[in-house]
Amino acid sequence: MAKSKERKVRSYINPYLGGVLLGIVLLAANFVAGRGLGASGAIKSTVVTAMVTVSPSSAEKSGFLQEFRESHAGNPMKTWLVFEMMGVLVGGFLSGAFAGRLKLKVEHSPGITSRKRLLLALGGGVLFGFGSQLGRGCTSGSALSGMAVLSLGGFVTMMAIFGTAYAFAYFFRKNWI
Amino acid sequence: MGPLAINELISENTNLFLAFIIGIGFGFILEQSGFSSSRKLAGVFYGYDTVVLKVFFTAAITAMLGLLFFSLFGWIDMDLVYVNPTYLTSAIVGGMIMGAGFIIGGYCPGTSFCGASIGKIDALVFIGGLFIGVFIFGIGYDLWDGMYMAKFLGSPKVSETLGLTDGVFAFLLIIVALGMFWVAEWAEKKFPRAEY
Repeated sequence: MAKSKERKVRSYINPYLGGVLLGIVLLAANFVAGRGLGASGAIKSTVVTAMVTVSPSSAEKSGFLQEFRESHAGNPMKTWLVFEMMGVLVGGFLSGAFAGRLKLKVEHSPGITSRKRLLLALGGGVLFGFGSQLGRGCTSGSALSGMAVLSLGGFVTMMAIFGTAYAFAYFFRKNWI
Repeated sequence: MGPLAINELISENTNLFLAFIIGIGFGFILEQSGFSSSRKLAGVFYGYDTVVLKVFFTAAITAMLGLLFFSLFGWIDMDLVYVNPTYLTSAIVGGMIMGAGFIIGGYCPGTSFCGASIGKIDALVFIGGLFIGVFIFGIGYDLWDGMYMAKFLGSPKVSETLGLTDGVFAFLLIIVALGMFWVAEWAEKKFPRAEY
């Protein structure tokens, strides 16, 4: 029973092929827009929009908003990264549908409960959100896209992300293995 | 010729439409490669699944070589391509905080959207955390803007910093990546996991 169900799920593609295809997408982004891929910038746009909508007066005083306005003129939601991330949701969904992986679930190792997994996901998200702002982009925007254009900052951020994750891996091993 | 949008060969709205199409490609490939699973992503830190390392470095090298060749053929003006400025302190501290977030939460921002798109509730909660983290950075901006703006180095290339030409640096990076791929294949055999 379980076996026949598993057969319907297509396996993942070869990671080296995936890497080449992702590299071509990143190249396309640079060729079309003169910029790389990103994810955290779309979240920043949304947060800025929310701050301006909910409390315009306090948002006006925020240095964060000024910094955003200097780098992105116009409507914060009409930016390249917001449209790109909407595409990511569609692309991920299409891939999941095609491969038979669409399923509502909390994924976690057998060693922990769903509740603990969700708390860790929330905490990790808060850290990543904060770190992505301080680091001027996340794994895709700063590290991957930065490396493609040989940015020193991109390489430094990449090493800091992976180095720290490896350094802390031992302490969080029960959550994953 | 390129970048098309900056050279005004396409309109702003066409650029945003292409952003959406490129995003579909980005999300589709991330999901097809297994980046919608936090347990697969976290595997790289324990050696049982190194898909992150393989995809990440293959993609970086492919795009880097593509840009070098496009530039060589005159298809793209690299002076018009955006290079993230380097603020050394925030690049390191921000990267370390992101690294901690990665091992605790199991996702990064792009992969969490990918996971959420196929129904991973943990990915959705991670995205909730991202919004909170960005909001905290925003409201407390005055507390850390000193660190945010410290050690500004301009937008240097890593090749310049190391005193190498772009081509030689790219070649060395490929050699390093091949070494890492070899270690990754070895680690997956040494620390196998049957199912996750």
